[in-house]
Amino acid sequence: MLVRAFLSGAFVLATLVLPGPVAADGAEGEVLFRPCGACHMIGEGAVHRVGPHLNGLFGRPVGGAEGYEYSDDLIAAGEGGAVWSDEMLNQFIASPREVFRRTSMVFRGIRSPEDRAALIGYLRAEGSTVESQNGAEPAAIDPEIAAILDIAGDVAYGAYLSSECTACHRATGGEDIPSIAGTSPSVFIAGIVAYRNGTREHQVMNTLSARLGDEEIAALAAYFETTE
Amino acid sequence: MTFNRRIFLGSAAAVTASLATPMVVNAQGRPRVVVVGGGAGGATAARYIANDSQGAIDVTLIEPTRAYYSCFFSNLYLGGFRDYDSLGHSYGNLAATYGVNVVHDWAVAVDRDAKTVRLAGGGAVPYDRLVLSPGIDFVEDSVPGWSLATQNAMPHAYKAGSQTQLLRAQVEAMPEGGTYAMVAPPNPFRCPPGPYERISMVAHMLKQTNPTAKILIADPKEGFSKQGLFEDGWERHYPGMITRIGPDFGGDVVEVDAEAMTLSIDGAVENVDVCNVIPAQRAGSIAFAADITEGNWAPVSAYDLSSRADPEIHVLGDSAAQGAMPKSGFSANSQAKVCANAIVAALSDGRAFPPRFSNTCWSLIDTDDGIKVGATYEASDEGIVSTGGFVSQVGETAEVRAETYRESLDWYAAITSDMFG
Repeated sequence: MLVRAFLSGAFVLATLVLPGPVAADGAEGEVLFRPCGACHMIGEGAVHRVGPHLNGLFGRPVGGAEGYEYSDDLIAAGEGGAVWSDEMLNQFIASPREVFRRTSMVFRGIRSPEDRAALIGYLRAEGSTVESQNGAEPAAIDPEIAAILDIAGDVAYGAYLSSECTACHRATGGEDIPSIAGTSPSVFIAGIVAYRNGTREHQVMNTLSARLGDEEIAALAAYFETTE
Repeated sequence: MTFNRRIFLGSAAAVTASLATPMVVNAQGRPRVVVVGGGAGGATAARYIANDSQGAIDVTLIEPTRAYYSCFFSNLYLGGFRDYDSLGHSYGNLAATYGVNVVHDWAVAVDRDAKTVRLAGGGAVPYDRLVLSPGIDFVEDSVPGWSLATQNAMPHAYKAGSQTQLLRAQVEAMPEGGTYAMVAPPNPFRCPPGPYERISMVAHMLKQTNPTAKILIADPKEGFSKQGLFEDGWERHYPGMITRIGPDFGGDVVEVDAEAMTLSIDGAVENVDVCNVIPAQRAGSIAFAADITEGNWAPVSAYDLSSRADPEIHVLGDSAAQGAMPKSGFSANSQAKVCANAIVAALSDGRAFPPRFSNTCWSLIDTDDGIKVGATYEASDEGIVSTGGFVSQVGETAEVRAETYRESLDWYAAITSDMFG
């Protein structure tokens, strides 16, 4: 359910100035959330997909949603005491890789401070309407992903298949085409599945994933987990 | 798969132990693969065979140039988007890290009975399996008036390196309001969108430095790769600058005069300031020397890229007639990995996996306006067949086009890393 609220007057934001307690227009936030929705669920029935669900985000330790395999950078930050505050989110959404260099979140960031404020308002509104607190039941993993996780991936087959990836994905990673070395299996599988069923759009990845069966995805996940 | 340096450095016990059924051995006990041509196909094959066999296979790479300048992305240098050095890559890492014996020489003959490759510098290199990936050579007399003797006056720049630098220098030296002409090649040729990306890059350069200059294309083909996208881009970015004359208007009846610097299209003679002649193409000469060609190309099996004339010779990339894949660096790199898997499985008891191929060709039309086309493929008895594809669309947002260009930069870094380690 959308919580409707309105921007009051014009508020000027420097990059790190917070939007204040007034939530942004819900409709605008919903539009801004669409690219996020390719990987993240929020609200009623949200489960972990390519990215963790975003319910109960505010005040949660970074890398803290139970049942999701975060990258090392986020886990370390959370253990060091970082929590998702408005400020933290604002910086992260502006440029994810600048905050956490090895995040598996592939997103260039939102430059406009007003857009970030609107999106943060939307996340607070949407993610707080569902009761999920830290330490509560772990969110379910999408069944399609769980089914592939259950397959014992053939690492040697995955190594062979990975040669199709390395024409574009180099281990050290690039600006736009990320490294997939060392990716945790659930994140890797969720990513490929999202491309395979078209939830996430990218012509090359959609075409390549279309002919990856569950065995192939499991093999690739098993292989990439062994690399760095 | 990480390369085990210990095995490479001569742990003979480990090597012989890895050859469960040593069907193919030489005096030293290691089967030998010779790769001719160190481009997208050959360098990749050499690296993957050496790496995946973990030193069990002796790999020799015969490549005349000491540094590889990629043909792909050379258009971006012509357009001023990249510098020349960024196109260059060395073979040192293949030698040092992967133990590939890099021999800088020309392969001039193949003795298929003795299974040796003869070098221009003398001597013969024995092989158990031979991989030929020599790129393209030009069909003599395909453009009347043009020959290799005239390639300095009228560069092809269709083998990267000094020809690329030459062409750029010629564009920069054009008189105000001058004419850049291109004689485009007939099908099939290396890099289907290549000539048209080149036109875009030259137009981009001229728009800044010589805005009244004109571009003229004589094209024997009715259509070309990503035509709708290029023409839409040219209209948006370079209106009025580019004229293409197809076969309907005599674009296939062409003659050049390198001394007079003229291009005649269906009898109408034009004075031109730069004449980029891209002749008709055929397989690299070594494929003909090995007697494995049919017509202009070397037919191969889609399953392991082996020559239909000789199962112990494999042909990769441009030189091969293998089916639906275009002649691109991406394709050569993709085929090399299938070939490497098959060879390692055959020679050192490794596992063979079902072949799979893919290709993506990126082209830059103007700053932050990139387009792409690509497909996935599989093997069949008839050859390599497509299993799905994609192409950019006219009317895409500027953001999408900019993203398409940016990802091509990461692709270039990744594929050259994949080739050379």
